[in-house]
Amino acid sequence: MSDPIAYRRPAPGTQPPLDLPAYGSTHKRHPKQPLIRVPNTLTETSAPHFDPAHYPVQADMSQVGGRAALGERIIVAGRVTDEDGRPLRGAMVEVWQANASGRYHHPRDQHDAPLDPNFEGRARLFTDAEGRYSFVSIKPGAYPWRNHANAWRPIHIHFGLHGTGFGQRMITQMYFPGDPLLPLDPIFNSTADEAARNRLVSTFDLDITRPEWALGYRFDIVLRGPAATPFENTP
Amino acid sequence: MSTPATASQTAGPYWHMIDFPEWADLLRAGGPNDGVQGDRITLTGRITDGDGAPCVDAMVEIWQAGPDGAYDAGFFGFGRCATDTDGEFRFTTLKPGAVPGLGNATQAPHILVTIFARGLMQHVVTRAYFAGEKLNDQDPVLNLVDPARRGTLIAQPAGAGAWRLDIRLQGEGETVFLDI
Repeated sequence: MSDPIAYRRPAPGTQPPLDLPAYGSTHKRHPKQPLIRVPNTLTETSAPHFDPAHYPVQADMSQVGGRAALGERIIVAGRVTDEDGRPLRGAMVEVWQANASGRYHHPRDQHDAPLDPNFEGRARLFTDAEGRYSFVSIKPGAYPWRNHANAWRPIHIHFGLHGTGFGQRMITQMYFPGDPLLPLDPIFNSTADEAARNRLVSTFDLDITRPEWALGYRFDIVLRGPAATPFENTP
Repeated sequence: MSTPATASQTAGPYWHMIDFPEWADLLRAGGPNDGVQGDRITLTGRITDGDGAPCVDAMVEIWQAGPDGAYDAGFFGFGRCATDTDGEFRFTTLKPGAVPGLGNATQAPHILVTIFARGLMQHVVTRAYFAGEKLNDQDPVLNLVDPARRGTLIAQPAGAGAWRLDIRLQGEGETVFLDI
């Protein structure tokens, strides 16, 4: 059997560092020893195949049992591809977010903002043959997080991606265009490369927007692609 | 035209909204491996930070081969577990077989372990090997690790079918994390 093809190394500045002084929770949690680079074996290039028959799709966070959540209804859609633009087909996408008031449906979230009984804030999707996904939700609210004085997270939606290899596994956050909190947020600004950072910001899209119903936002996601040469699969 | 991979962002403290506690038991009744035969094990560990404090809000995911050493062929080797108030995770699974490495190499039985958490801008990746495996000495990944730190990748027996691997994110005895 031939060796698996390794994943591409990240381009400089396009991923955040583990040691991020402006984000207090990293101080005691980031490893101080350098990571040990290892080749990509079957362990890293294989991944679980999630079958929607056993992992049911949940693509509408805007209501529970037909009762509408409060807030501004939105549609989020995009494509999941690799770095060469090849679509990831049948990829499981997990989504979670705060409600319109900026509160998570989570026992540890004690922010003084109302919970919404009609908003659970999680979704599960699978990409189609073109790598496309979409879901309906409510625009999340900003919330305070005590990282520094008067710290507020810009509004965001969490995304978890499963590719065809565990080396592509990734969790990220989608932001909204024009959010005044973006320049102030150490998590958003952790990625040095400006273009890479701005790809975390969704774009308003009139083609996704449904008349008389909901605004649409586009968020395309890129997972690691194959390295150019087999020589890159050495430590 | 290529676009670099999307930047990772922390999973934050509220990732439990995608927690399904049953996923920590890969052998659960009615689950994907119900009825698959093999050496039933538990893998338990405590995750601590640079002060030795337990990480009580981490998401641990594992990926492993089946008892025959094959990935995603007859055995669904994925699990997810939230750390508890002691910072502990616990998976129930089957012991994986040896897995092909690069070239003609064989990898010792191992489980890929990934940790997502508040304070981790990217998830960290390590492996759990099993103490006493003959193949450990020849394992190509273990052999890339300084022998003095290799033990941080090797789970120890903790009773019948029970294995333990504690994970230290930072400081003395820091776990070896892998750049994959």
